[in-house]
Amino acid sequence: MGSRVVVLGSGIAGHTAASFLRKWLGKEHQVIVVSPKSDYNWIPSNIWVGVGLLRADQVLFPLPPVYKRVGIDYRQAKAVAIHPEGAADEPSAFVDIEYTSADKAGQRERVAYDFLINATGPKLNFDATPGLGPDKFTVSVCTAEHAVQTAALLDEKVERMRKGERQKFLVGMGHGTCTCQGAAFEYIVNLEFELRHRGVREMADITYLSNEYELGDFGMGGLHLRQGGYVTPSKIFTESLFAERGIDWVTRAHVSKIEPGRVFIETLAGEEKELAFDMAMLLPPFRGAALSAFAKDGTDITARLFAPSGFMKVDADYAAKPYEQWRAADWPRTYQTEFKNVFAAGIAFAPPHPISVPRVSSKGTNITPAPPRTGMPSATIGKAVARSIVDMIHGAKEPTQTASMAEMGAACVASAGANPFTGTAASITVFPIVPDFEKYPEYGRDLNHTFGEIGLAGHWIKILLHHLFLHKARMRPLWSLIPE
Amino acid sequence: MTTPKTVTPLGRDEHWLTVTKPTAMTRFLRTFLLWQLVRFVVLNLKMLRIIAMGHHPKR
Ligand SMILES: Cc1cc2nc3c(=O)[nH]c(=O)nc-3n(C[C@H](O)[C@H](O)[C@H](O)COP(=O)(O)OP(=O)(O)OC[C@H]3O[C@@H](n4cnc5c(N)ncnc54)[C@H](O)[C@@H]3O)c2cc1C
Repeated sequence: MGSRVVVLGSGIAGHTAASFLRKWLGKEHQVIVVSPKSDYNWIPSNIWVGVGLLRADQVLFPLPPVYKRVGIDYRQAKAVAIHPEGAADEPSAFVDIEYTSADKAGQRERVAYDFLINATGPKLNFDATPGLGPDKFTVSVCTAEHAVQTAALLDEKVERMRKGERQKFLVGMGHGTCTCQGAAFEYIVNLEFELRHRGVREMADITYLSNEYELGDFGMGGLHLRQGGYVTPSKIFTESLFAERGIDWVTRAHVSKIEPGRVFIETLAGEEKELAFDMAMLLPPFRGAALSAFAKDGTDITARLFAPSGFMKVDADYAAKPYEQWRAADWPRTYQTEFKNVFAAGIAFAPPHPISVPRVSSKGTNITPAPPRTGMPSATIGKAVARSIVDMIHGAKEPTQTASMAEMGAACVASAGANPFTGTAASITVFPIVPDFEKYPEYGRDLNHTFGEIGLAGHWIKILLHHLFLHKARMRPLWSLIPE
Repeated sequence: MTTPKTVTPLGRDEHWLTVTKPTAMTRFLRTFLLWQLVRFVVLNLKMLRIIAMGHHPKR
């Protein structure tokens, strides 16, 4: 009899996992995807939607026809609870889901599984900072809808500048524990490029606001690059890029509160300041999706499966220890949970600790970037977990694949202005993502594989990636040959 | 840290004194088509190498 693999979430990790499961498993096995939004969003290109260069429909496409074509069973629903041991009236493991589609909204169902992948990504935790978020006083580019709203506000601000009104733009992190600095970096340089393009740059004051200790930290403790006969920290390049574009910056900051036109910050030094803005694109901190877990007898075991952050505990070393004792080996390798048939992939897994040096302000506020899990590792983890599950279905006792962020590199292209002739992007490769100071004592990374460069070629690669990854996600011919 | 808004005696923002900046040649090369075509190939190869080092069968 065939097995049933249930994937929660259809983002980069979940959709990659589901696609490969379907490709590798025979038709006697069932692949079920449970995800509340029926559109796939190529999130990295939301940046261009947020500056008005792309429409939402250019970064979104409907998943149900794709899933129907390839034979993936899709339920437009959100997972609510996991029952890894079944329940008193149900012998096998299952997930409680709640439909979000218009026709079945609110209806509940039990979906039984033999294997489960939790790839529910981040919950955008705007509530962590009073006044943060598109429903309050700031905008975001985390979803395509948010980005459309952001582009509309930008148009309004440009009109004001055309009428001679100076405008203050604030872009960055809306909380001391945010991650995803790369996205804020991309948005601010694209914003600057776009304002120049629209002829209003001189009317704009643009400031980057971040919880990073230094620019270029990106939640991964920064990186070092060989350049011009020196090994140079990423801080130098990031500062240079901002200074060249006349972008000011405030680092080491936690946003404590936002009011219309005003952001209140606390810095590591314990200072409290107020920054004025006309438009603020501030990213929220991330939490895990609100999932609960229950034992067979109905006991709540959420704290056993999930970290307090809501992310799922996998095969990492979660013992609390000081920074000096952090090791590359703390990071998970197979993403299996204590239940052998339950895995977490992408942002949904709980990291053992941050990557950046943890810091607390003199008032006791944690101002430490959380570790990023960008698209490439998310997809790589999704694929590795899918392969392990396929092999376990075929008889393997344990997961067969590993994809530790301390053993894999990442390639990242950060757009710095979108134009086929005058645009640029920073192309960066790092190896490994999580520094391994035992293997690479000086910088934690292999400098032969850690590299960065700014130029038009990077922008071409970014455009190429946009089309390739959308082609892959649509599962069009030869999709599986496109690397993660 | 907020970048100081001090202006130098020549009227330039202090950014010019404290921050590494690209030379005119570096800036030119960033969007010079012929050079960028070469970099396009090189960067793709570098990224493919990183991808090839991706995930592993369990050891
Ligand atoms: C603006 C922006 C720009 C970025 N740019 C880049 C970039 O240039 N390069 C890069 O590598 N990375 C980039 N990233 C990061 C990248 O988008 C993430 O790493 C990636 O999306 C993580 O994949 P994921 O599958 O873990 O989560 P997601 O892609 O967020 O997917 C999560 C999925 O789970 C679903 N879900 C949520 N709750 C539930 C539930 N209860 N039940 C079932 N399903 C649920 C969601 O609807 C979604 O389908 C960017 C991120 C942002 C916000």
